[in-house]
Amino acid sequence: MKEIKTIVVNRSAYADNDEEANLLREYLKDHGTFLVNLMSSPGAGKTTTLTALINLLKKDYRIGVMEADIDSDVDALSISKNTGVKSIQIHTSGMCHLDAGMTKSGLDSIDISDLDLVFLENVGNLVCPAEFDTGASMDMMILSIPEGDDKPLKYPLVFEKCDLVLINKIDAIDYFDFDMEKCKKTILMRNPNATIIEISAKTGKNINQVVNYFHKKLNSWRAD
Amino acid sequence: MHELGIVMHVIKQIEELAKEKQVHEVKELTLEIGEVSGVVKEYFVDAFNWAIKRTEHMQNCKLNYITIQAITYCEDCKQTYETVKYGKECPHCHSKKTYLVTGRDVYIKDVKVD
Ligand SMILES: Nc1nc2c(ncn2[C@@H]2O[C@H](COP(=O)(O)OP(=O)(O)O)[C@@H](O)[C@H]2O)c(=O)[nH]1
Ligand SMILES: [Mg+2]
Ligand SMILES: [Zn+2]
Repeated sequence: MKEIKTIVVNRSAYADNDEEANLLREYLKDHGTFLVNLMSSPGAGKTTTLTALINLLKKDYRIGVMEADIDSDVDALSISKNTGVKSIQIHTSGMCHLDAGMTKSGLDSIDISDLDLVFLENVGNLVCPAEFDTGASMDMMILSIPEGDDKPLKYPLVFEKCDLVLINKIDAIDYFDFDMEKCKKTILMRNPNATIIEISAKTGKNINQVVNYFHKKLNSWRAD
Repeated sequence: MHELGIVMHVIKQIEELAKEKQVHEVKELTLEIGEVSGVVKEYFVDAFNWAIKRTEHMQNCKLNYITIQAITYCEDCKQTYETVKYGKECPHCHSKKTYLVTGRDVYIKDVKVD
């Protein structure tokens, strides 16, 4: 007769993904490809910001884009049309986030052998993507003015994870009741190391500061 | 949908364990799920019961879902309180310098196997 026994596991449900993500970061380092995981709510301006940013970065780096947001076929097309860089879509099969395994398959299909910098446009959502480490070299996010200044209070995890927080659509700040100082204070309370830049992806305002941020970030990553 | 992602990772880890330990069948799985992990219990249970049908060792696995209360610590008055009831602001001293101590994790506790 078979006996029933208990095996104690005591392991986080995310443990295997975290291991895969760490391996992926090492793999990227070995290949000299810097992967940026970009998160935001739907419509905060991920695609518009990437387009503006890539047009200023592409003379210095060989860039690729992986689109995982819901209307990703549209976004992938629009990115490659408006920037000329290589872009693919990743099928999330209805998942609300990407994990390290899906990210790795995306990298295999975009082929990073000739890329210095890859942007991953994650699924538009402030909760789920923050829970899963994609294996990216850095995490960044966009918060847009119409979403309100209380988002860092409501969704602290994504703000804690991101090295860079862009506050987008500042061209529209007069139409919304958005307290910039309060918002920045809350972000820094959750993540004292965050760099916060106010931008307008539409007018191009302060995108040059984001460009400088990436130059510095890539230099220190390469020297590391 | 977030629930399905976690379920898939849990199942993958348990199936690997079952193979490694040469288990015949996984009868029961106990998970500790934090109150503020973002997991909705009904969705999670549905996703779990759907996903185990495609597994090798977990087809009849019973899920013990244990909810872990979320607790927040206040840096100013050094006391703790129930996160879900009071949110970010400490009910003792009204400070907002608080952080979550427990309640975010999804933890695989143990499995019963034969
Ligand atoms: N006013 C304004 N609109 C913007 C800005 N950036 C993006 N948008 C608009 O916001 C909408 C969503 O942008 P998109 O880049 O597709 O967001 P995504 O879903 O995060 O990729 C589009 O209609 C954009 O034109 C901005 O800086 N200012
Ligand atoms: Mg988009
Ligand atoms: Zn207090």
